[in-house]
Order: sequence, then structure tokens, then C-alpha cells
Amino acid sequence: MGEHSNDRKQPSRDGSLDSRRVVLDVQDLRVHYATPRGDVIAVNGINFQVYEGETVGLVGESGCGKTTTAMAILRLVQPPGRIIGGRVMVEDTDLVSLSEKQLRQLRWVKLALIPQGAMNSLNPVMRIKDQIGDAITTHEGRLPADALKQRILDLLNQVGLPARVYGMYPHELSGGMKQRVCVAMAIALNPPLIIADEPTSALDVVVQRVVAQTLLDVKQRLGVSMILIGHDMGLQAQLVDRIIVMYAGNIVEIAPVREAFKNPLHPYTQLLIASIPSIKERKPLKVTEGLTHDLRNPPPGCVFQFRCPHAREICRALKPQLREYGSGHLTACHIYENAGEYERSAPIVTTATPSAALYAADLFKEVDPHGRAAS
Amino acid sequence: MATLTAEPVAARPAPQVRVNRWDSPWLNAKLIIGLIMVLSVALSGVVGGMFWDLRLARVGTSPQDLPPAFVPGGTWAHPLGTENSGRDMLAVLLTGAPRSFRIGLIAATIGLLIGVVLGCLAGFLGGWVDRLILIASDAWITIPSLVVLIVISAFVRQISAETMAVLIAMFAWPGPTRLIRAQVLTLRERGYIRMARLSGANTFDVIFREMMPNMLPYIAASFTGNVSGAILASAGLEALGLGPTRIPTLGMTIFYANQASAVIRGMWWWWGFPFLVLAIIFSGLFLIAIGLDEVANPRLRGLQVKQ
Amino acid sequence: MSGMTRGYVVRRFLMWVLTVWLGATLIFAIPRLAPGDPIAAMVLRMSAQGQIIENSAELIQAWRERFGLDGPWYVQYVNWLRNCMTLDFGYSLTQFPARVWEMIWRALPWTIALLTFAVIITFILGNLIGALLGWRKTPPLLRSLLPLTLTFSSIPPFIFGLLLLFIFAYTLDLFPNQGAYDSRNLQPGLTVEFLASALHHAILPAMAIVLTSMGGWALGMRGMMITTDGEDYMILAQAKGLRTPRLFLRYAVRNALLPQLTALALSLGLIVGGSVLIETYFVYPGVGYLLYYSITNGDYTLMQGIVFILILTTATAVLIIDLLYPLIDPRITFQKR
Ligand SMILES: Nc1ncnc2c1ncn2[C@@H]1O[C@H](COP(=O)(O)OP(=O)(O)O)[C@@H](O)[C@H]1O
Ligand code: SF4
Ligand SMILES: [Mg+2]
Repeated sequence: MGEHSNDRKQPSRDGSLDSRRVVLDVQDLRVHYATPRGDVIAVNGINFQVYEGETVGLVGESGCGKTTTAMAILRLVQPPGRIIGGRVMVEDTDLVSLSEKQLRQLRWVKLALIPQGAMNSLNPVMRIKDQIGDAITTHEGRLPADALKQRILDLLNQVGLPARVYGMYPHELSGGMKQRVCVAMAIALNPPLIIADEPTSALDVVVQRVVAQTLLDVKQRLGVSMILIGHDMGLQAQLVDRIIVMYAGNIVEIAPVREAFKNPLHPYTQLLIASIPSIKERKPLKVTEGLTHDLRNPPPGCVFQFRCPHAREICRALKPQLREYGSGHLTACHIYENAGEYERSAPIVTTATPSAALYAADLFKEVDPHGRAAS
Repeated sequence: MATLTAEPVAARPAPQVRVNRWDSPWLNAKLIIGLIMVLSVALSGVVGGMFWDLRLARVGTSPQDLPPAFVPGGTWAHPLGTENSGRDMLAVLLTGAPRSFRIGLIAATIGLLIGVVLGCLAGFLGGWVDRLILIASDAWITIPSLVVLIVISAFVRQISAETMAVLIAMFAWPGPTRLIRAQVLTLRERGYIRMARLSGANTFDVIFREMMPNMLPYIAASFTGNVSGAILASAGLEALGLGPTRIPTLGMTIFYANQASAVIRGMWWWWGFPFLVLAIIFSGLFLIAIGLDEVANPRLRGLQVKQ
Repeated sequence: MSGMTRGYVVRRFLMWVLTVWLGATLIFAIPRLAPGDPIAAMVLRMSAQGQIIENSAELIQAWRERFGLDGPWYVQYVNWLRNCMTLDFGYSLTQFPARVWEMIWRALPWTIALLTFAVIITFILGNLIGALLGWRKTPPLLRSLLPLTLTFSSIPPFIFGLLLLFIFAYTLDLFPNQGAYDSRNLQPGLTVEFLASALHHAILPAMAIVLTSMGGWALGMRGMMITTDGEDYMILAQAKGLRTPRLFLRYAVRNALLPQLTALALSLGLIVGGSVLIETYFVYPGVGYLLYYSITNGDYTLMQGIVFILILTTATAVLIIDLLYPLIDPRITFQKR
């Protein structure tokens, strides 16, 4: 694992190799949550980069560690969670090992957050202007009152909010408006990178569109890099340049967005794509229900072995590594990594209820346009 | 999806739901220490009667004004000394402490029962019933209960411990009512209660089967608080000379001590020992309440930061 | 003021009326529901407590006439409510020419001053301790020392008062053991000496209240801080890189304090009740002590008046807190407190 962490040359959306600046380099990041029955390994040594101006999608079903990854990058993992190891490089500084004071000064200036659940992300007893204002004044010092006001009004305008929001309290705003306030707050200091954690998931469909449009506008206008977490594949297809697929705390595939949709390599990604009825219809990712192993007790071998329709003996014994197959397209699966041995390996029944596996396999066969990994 | 149990997979032991049976949130240090403190006082009357002659708590059964045995002038015949009307302090404590608990338990139980009924009514029925119950409990809780109890005791001659408990209970219901109403509302929002309702289970069943286990620690904490409040109220009334007068109580002993200027006369054992027993009772109940709070709300438990 | 807030104010005010009416009705009902003859019971209790009462039969009859206890009950009730509204409780039984209202009026400032002083200190200290206990960034040394301040929590204040009297008044002779000011040498007034003396006399009773009730507030606040700390807005605030003092005060404490204020309103009744004991044990000339006096001396009118005034004052204090509440919680809606 990790052979590719130093490979900073990866293709952009159109597949061309580029040597743009890396704004974020996550190296072998590990996060555990302590529980009375042992540590939950929520993020298990992941590696990826984000380039200047690029939007990276982070997808995977609920509980696979997306939020934890985002929080770890910001070094905001909440107890009982803690960062066990790895580095989060932002412009040659490692956030993980930074002092509290230095970290505080870098926050929001280098790295802003649009949190999951924007409904409750605003302080209920502070006016919007004060909540946007304190982010600015903390990092830039006191500004003349009218300059600050003008700036906040500008930000609100940029995300399409009326000026009256300036003096309002969060409870006076609708969900979509609160989410856009969070967007305005995130761009207040013009950070090189914004992490948006499921920015539309709690909103109804119409409002989702509005917020998505706002994000698209902001992204195009400011050229900011973004990590867009979500299980809304439709939104991902619209907004991101590259997609990172997580499963049970591990990255199983990284691909330019078109590649990911047209030619998914990892069986899990294939199931994900297959389960989208149509790109317009947005549904949470739900291939089959739930995780199949306890995150406290990961099996040796591939993390996806219990649910993989193509699992073979080798998948139980050996953990596949994330490797590049085609430009900028990485995956961790023995079908590609150890093709020969995989072929020789005996298939295994992976579920207690064979019908479930059959169902998954059937689904896959029916919908998958490429039949890539059909065994 | 069910767990996947292809044979070799099962070879990997599935994590236990519980590491061992000592891994229960109810085994909370504060809760246990509190329980020990409270039980030791509560049982002292039962056990104490076997070792000590409780009749010595009556007036004139002992010499007057003796200091405790471990102080010069004291005697082991009266290990904790005697007061000015010839009661043996040890006997007084052994009689008084369990009585305080009795009053506390009776009052808190009645208060809790009223609270459960009203709280469930308010939470489940909602609408004007809810509003009425809330308004009543808000108004009632604002009235200084001890003041009203003082007045009542002034009019009721020779109040018995049970009457006093009932009177105190009249003021012990708004707390549990609010708490249980709030809990019912929260739990009602959770899916499984709604599911149980949709599936046609009757409401009563829903309350007791599904909700009680969740509400138990909250109810226990509130009950403990009420026991403490009731003992405080009864001790307060006694300490004003308004409690039962036939049998010695802790509060009344303090009342007599204060009337006889025991503090100035240096007879510290007279008020000091009842003080100590009451302090143990209240601190014990306080610890139990904190412990139960932590049982109910796991986030209160581990505040250690491991970063 | 928006319409919603006006509705809230009206509701709170009605609540106040309801509470006061309920209190007045209780005071009216208690003697009439008590077993036997209330006046006789009162006189008997006085004799039971050792006061010698001569010609008790005459006394009982005289009282009954004077307090209108012989008309039909509804006439008595209306009269009583009218008296309550005009704060006219007639004459004191035991200090005859003195009117009940005058006696209460003399004692009330002491009680209000002592309780306000003690409650505000308790509330501030308790919540500060709780806030620090529930705050992740509190230095570990401080965090391990803070629980020491909770040692006396939950011990009844008046009993703790005895201990304080024993230590600080009798043994160390640092504080007076009774009274509200040095009444031998000083006249009440806005002089430095008088205020200093009043403060000196108030410290022990206030300490008895503060040290015993701080812990409850601290625990409540600790719980609220921990709850608040898990809120999404705390995480976003940290992500913004705000300085710790701002995070602590404007985000965490500011939000955690709101339920505490509601709890304060709900617990005022208990606090006022407890002050009767404190004042009695510290011989502090407030309304609580006056109530004790009225009961031990069988001053029925005085007792009625005091109880009504205590209920009225408590309800008013709750009303004030409720009316201030929307100022600090912009979300206020009327069904929630
Ligand atoms: N406070 C916690 N205690 C224990 N485990 C946790 C905690 N928070 C998250 N986890 C575990 O970490 C995993 C990843 O969670 P999360 O990052 O929130 O997933 P996602 O955002 O992808 O839905 C989950 O499987 C969850 O069980
Ligand atoms: S390694 Fe094996 S189990 Fe894992 S995804 Fe590939 S085929 Fe499936
Ligand atoms: Mg998440």
C-alpha cells in the first residue's frame, strides 16, 4: 500500500496528464474510534492527493469513513476517535503534527469546511453576520465596520442569498439558506481547498438543486479545489473531476469521473454504478444493506470479500493494493493485481443467503454495460 | 443483511456483544459508592437494633449532657454522648436515620407515580391535555413548597411520619412529570415506537415493553432526587420543630440542639452527629443521582481526551 | 417585538396570575381543610411548643371573629382574594398596632437582598465550575481540582449553616452569629459602615447557600457543556480556527447556559423555601424568620400575609427571568420554556 502516494502526476477529468500543484496530500491516514470492545478502524491507511482547482468526489456507503476522513484532514476527529497515524500535507506542512496554535492559524485560511448537517452547524444564538464575521476577523484582525459589512454582504450575494440574511438568526432561515450560508462562510477567506461533507443530503430535491448550483458557481468562479463527499452519484457526476471510492475505511478505487462511470474497475464500484437507476434520479448508495464485517475486526485479505460477487480464495488470504491501471485510474482488487493467481483460485460462496449473492450478481450482470469483471 | 457465515469466514471469531458481564454501564463507581453510603445508613436502624438498645432514644433514659466516649468525660455506655434531656445520641441516630428514609421513599414513590401517570398522559395525548398538565406543573413548581408545608404543619397537630410524607409528595410530582413527558416525546419520535404502534400493539404495552427500559435510568435519577428532596423537606420541617415530636428524628434533634444553644455551649456532638448522618445520606443520594445520570447519558462518562 | 414574542409575554404573564391565584387559594384552603378547628389547632400548637396561653377559649373566639372565619366560605374567599390584591392583611395578632404589611415590608428587603446575592453568586460560580468541568480544553490540573468545590453539594444549607456558625462565628469569631447588621451602633442607611456591616452579616448565611447548592448547578452545566460540545456548530466553529476563549464563551457557554436559566426559574420556589430555614438558624431578620416567628407565636394574620408575599415574590422573580429569556435566546417560542 502506498506506492502511489508520491506519484503526484495524475490525469484530470479529460484524462490528460498534468502537473498542477498539489494542494492536499493525504498519506497513510489512519483513524480509530475507541469503543469498550476495541478500536473501530474507521480510516485504514488511505492515500490520495487533491490538485489545484480540482474537485474530488469521495463516495461510499454510509459508515465507510467519509466524514471521518474529512474530519481527520481538518484534525477535528471527535473523541472517542483519534488519528493513529499518517500525514495530511497542506503546502509542505503536516497538519497532523502541527501545534494547536499553528493549526488554529491555518484553519479556514487554508482549509474550509461545509459540514454535514448544515441544519445544526450554525450557532443558534448568533446572527449570521457575526458567524461569518468572526471567521474573517479571527484571521485577518479587526476591520473597519463598514468594510466588514460590505464583505459579508458580498459573500451572501455570491451564494445567492438576499441582504436581509445578514442580520438574521439561523432559526429564521430555511435549510437551503443555512446550507448556502455555510458555503458563503467557507469562501470567506478564499481558501485553496474546501471540504464539503454531503452538502445536499438533508435537503429536499428542489433545494438540493439550488445548493448544488451554488457550489458549481462558486467552484467555477473561484477556481477553488474541493473535496465533495456524498453518496449522491448524480451530483458527483455533475460536479467532480475525479472520484474516490471508499469501502470500510479503505480506498478501493480512484478514477477520473468519466472513467469511473464508464469503466469502473473494482467490483464494489461496479455495484455502485449499477445501482444508479438513472443519473437524474438521486438516491443514497445502497447496494446491499450494511457492512459485512465489524470494523473492529477487519478480515485479512480484501475488505470487500464478504460482499464481492467475484470473491475467490486469494481474496481471503491477501490484501489487494491500490495500483494504477490506465492513466490515473487506480483500484485495489486481485482481478487486476494478481490476474493469474486469481484465475487459478477457487471461487467462494460469500453469503449465508446465496440468493442475496445471486441477486447482487444478477443485478450486476443486467445493468453493467461493460461486463468487465463478469467471471 | 444478515452476517455472512460461509464456513471459513466464521472461523474468525465474531466480536462479542459484551466483553464480559462486568462491562455494564450500571456498574458505575459513583452509583455504587452512593448506594453503599445510603444503604449503610438505611440499614443501620435494622442492624443497630440488634446491638444497641433503641429505647435509649427516649427522654430521660440516660444521664444528661455527656460528651462522646472518645472525649474526656465521656463513657462507653454512651459512645456518642447524650443530650440535655437524657437521650443517648447513638440510639437517637439509629432511630432517626431510617425514619428519614421512610419518609423520603414514601413521598418520592407517590410523587413518581403521579409523575408517570401525568407525564405519559401529557406525552401521549398531547394537545390540550399536554398543555394543561404543563401549565399546572409549571405553576405548582413555582410555589415555594417548604413554605406551604410549614404552614400546613402548623395547623396539623401531632403530624405522623406518613402524613408528612404524603404532604411532601404533593410537591414532588412536577419534576418527574416534566421528565417523563420529555422522555415520552423523544422516544415517541424514534422509529421503533412508531412501528410498534403501527403494528397495532396497544399503547400501554408500548409504554412498558418498549419505553421503560430506555427511561429507567432517567426515572431512577429523578426518583433519587425526589427522595433527597423529600428528606430535605422533612428534615427542614423537623428542624423548625414542626415534625413528628414523639419519636426523635434527625431534624428534630438539630432543632433541640439549636434551641438549647448547643453550638455556643460547645456540645458539638449534639448537632454534629445528626449533621454527619444527614451529610452521608445526602451525599450518597447525590452520588447515586450523578451515577444514574452517567448511566442514562453515556457521554457524561468518558470525558478523557485521547488526542 | 414580534407577534410570537408578544404571545410569549402574554402567556408568561397569565402563568404568573395563575401561580399567584393558586397560592392565594392554598393559603385560604389549608386552615379550612385542616382537621379540626384551625385556630384552636394553632393555639394548641403554641401551648405544645411551650408558650403558656391563658383563656384560650376566649382567644379562639376573638380571633375567629376578627378574621372573618365565620361567614359562608365563598364570602370569606372573595374577601381573602380582595385582601390579597390590595396587600391588605390587617393587623398582626401578636404586635397589635402593627399592620402585617408594615412588618413584612420591613423584613422583605433583607430576604430579597440575601437571596439575590446568594443566588447570583451560586449561579455564576456553579455554572463557571460546571462549564470548566465540561470543557475539553480545561487544563487537567484545574479539572482535577474543581470537583473539590463540590464537596458540600446537596447537604441541606441550614445544617451546613450550623457548621459554619460553629467554625466561623463561635470558634474563630470572624463573623457575627445573628442579625443582618450591627443594630446597636448603626442606623440603616446608605452609609459605608452600614453596608459593610450588612455584608459582614450576610456572608455566612450566603456561604451556607452558595457552598451547598453550587454543585447542582455545576453538574447541570457540565452535562449541558458536554451536550453542546457534540453539536455540529461547535465543530464548525473549531474548523473556523476561532480562538479558544471565543469558542468557550460565545459558542459553548452561551448555548449551554440557556437550559440552566430555565432551571433557575424552576428552582426559585425551592430556594425561597430553604431561605426560611437559613434565616431562622442565622436569626436573620428577613421574611423567613418572620414566618417562623408567626408560627411559633400563633400570629395567624402575619403568617397568611407572609406566605402570600413569598409566593408573590417568587412568581414575580420567575416572571422576570422568563421575560428576560427571549433576550438571550432568539429562538424563543411560547410552548417551550
Ligand atoms: N463516535 C464514534 N464511536 C465509534 N465509532 C464511530 C464513531 N463515529 C463514527 N464511528 C464509526 O466510524 C465509521 C465511519 O463513520 P463516518 O466517517 O461517519 O462514515 P460516513 O461519513 O462515511 O457515513 C462508522 O462505521 C462508524 O461506526
Ligand atoms: S479482491 Fe477479490 S474480493 Fe476483493 S474486490 Fe477484488 S475480487 Fe472482490
Ligand atoms: Mg458522513
